[in-house]
Amino acid sequence: MIGEGIQSTNQRKHSYVQDRVEVGFFTDPSVCIGCKACEVACKEWNQVPDDGFTWSGNSYDNTGHLGASTWRHVMFLEQDRQKGNQVTGPMGLASNQQPAISNPQSDDPFRWVFLSDVCKHCEEAGCLEACPTGSIVRTEVGSVLVQNDVCNGCGYCVVSCPFGVIDRRPEPLHDAGGAFKCTFCYDRQKSGLVPACAKVCPTESIVFGRLDDLRARGAARVQQLQENGYHDAQLYDPTETSVRGIHAFFLILGEPEAYGLPPKPQIPTIYLKSAWTSALATAIASIIATLAAFAFFS
Amino acid sequence: MTPDSPSEKRLEELRDQAWKDGVVPGKGVDVAGGPIPRKPGYYGQPVVKPPVWTWQVPLYFFFGGMAGMSAVIASGAIIFHHVDPSLATNVGVARAAMWLAAIAGAVLSPILLIMDLGRPHLFLNMLRVFKHRSAMSMGAWILSAFGACVVPGLIALELHAHQIFPGTLDQILRVAAAIFIFGSAIFGTLLATYTGVLIGATAIPAWFLHRTLLPIHFGTAGLGSAAALLELLGHRIPALNFLGFYAAGVETALLIWLSVDKHGIADRAIHEHSSGWLIRIGEFLNGPLALVLRFFSFVPFAALSFLIGSLVSRVGWILVGKVSGSDPESVFAAERHASTVFSFEDAK
Repeated sequence: MIGEGIQSTNQRKHSYVQDRVEVGFFTDPSVCIGCKACEVACKEWNQVPDDGFTWSGNSYDNTGHLGASTWRHVMFLEQDRQKGNQVTGPMGLASNQQPAISNPQSDDPFRWVFLSDVCKHCEEAGCLEACPTGSIVRTEVGSVLVQNDVCNGCGYCVVSCPFGVIDRRPEPLHDAGGAFKCTFCYDRQKSGLVPACAKVCPTESIVFGRLDDLRARGAARVQQLQENGYHDAQLYDPTETSVRGIHAFFLILGEPEAYGLPPKPQIPTIYLKSAWTSALATAIASIIATLAAFAFFS
Repeated sequence: MTPDSPSEKRLEELRDQAWKDGVVPGKGVDVAGGPIPRKPGYYGQPVVKPPVWTWQVPLYFFFGGMAGMSAVIASGAIIFHHVDPSLATNVGVARAAMWLAAIAGAVLSPILLIMDLGRPHLFLNMLRVFKHRSAMSMGAWILSAFGACVVPGLIALELHAHQIFPGTLDQILRVAAAIFIFGSAIFGTLLATYTGVLIGATAIPAWFLHRTLLPIHFGTAGLGSAAALLELLGHRIPALNFLGFYAAGVETALLIWLSVDKHGIADRAIHEHSSGWLIRIGEFLNGPLALVLRFFSFVPFAALSFLIGSLVSRVGWILVGKVSGSDPESVFAAERHASTVFSFEDAK
């Protein structure tokens, strides 16, 4: 894992696009150091415009959320929970209060969690289904790609993404009006290169590789963390909902809600059946009412 | 100032407390909230993205619904004109309804839709593909088909009404007008109702929780506003009055449904905020108020009330989407308390 150096899947050349292998990202907050190299690499490689320099006051996070011009976003969570077997003590150091070195369940726990968020590249993608122009497509490696030159900016993908990832880029930014999100560095992948964010990640908190390998690696990492006192470590990969799993999945500590991740994301097409049934019933009722109006009230 | 004066004592106290507790709560110093964030989700950030749509979209919902159902009224009028040719007024209604359908559906609607696009010059890309699982794609095709029926239908009807061509050609025009008008009625009902599917099948909690109600509301409001505008244009016939009663009655029932079928935090955008007020004002104007006014034969006021109400509630529903989509707790609540467990099979 860490320390694999040039042997790591993050640094090796590959031929996944040519071989049509499903690939993914596994993002692990337990080794993330919050350096934001992934954000910078993403912006630089993809030439994504800046979307304002604001100071949020929310820990070290001044990026806020994913959007049309933010395709990687490092979250900074401050939680009053214990991190693994870490030792925490009371904030004061009065002589009569010994720091609780021997007591892992101290009364003043705190943890700072960093997680680099990204487009999930859903197995069943809401944006892809919603797109009326065919601009959003599935690539050979299983990722979801917006073809910028086809998108006419209707905005329907924006409300169809259960994760709130894709957005329409506002004026006056470069290429405004179209919908944008992470491309999984498809251009790099075609040339056998690793996505920019994974390439630069110094601790391999972001791992790029074959999806099946990553899933096995994620499960092993959860088990390892559990054994080391991270009792709330779990994988975030909603395979049991209509989204049917995500290609960029995460290890999270605690509940998904704290990361702004939906606990049970659904692809909106599951609502089509009941909505269309209602629409057709209304259509028929309106025709009957109109015919009745002219038949009986003329 | 001596070291044991009360003010100095107070500072000593604060120092002691800070040393002992690590924190000194006090007036104007709010330490209870930080550094641990207390906002829902991740610093209160939206979980799904609110719609980017602006004023053109509710206006399109309004005019598209009116245009679509106007073609239905035109069809009803010409069907019963053929049954009983003495009903000359029906021809007038049919012509006015087709003009309304064409202006609102084939001119205003496309303009509004194209204006709302982020890249209006690429609007033709809407017709690149046909995707039955995308309500936006279906809508683009429905609007195109409606336009392709309503314009020739209107032209044929007008040529026939003015008896421009003699004999056989006029008979052909009559048949062509009927076919195109019936065609525009079929696509018109879909044009008026699909908009409910469009916003009902999204990730916005307050929308998808009411996906059954929305097409009924949009379709019926379309029918009622078409009848109302025709009445205001001077076509005060009993058939349109009946449709006015029908639409206001259904809208009243929907207002009751909406106030009974509550989902708590998950759809609070409908019951709270300015978005909730818009929904309630809109539904009151095109529901109970229009019904009562019509009952007491204040037909023009009832028609006006219905028109304003259905426009206000369309604006309200878009605003509901913006409020609900920006509310992380609504998303969590809708997903946690989902009464139905969907499997992938439902998505097909």
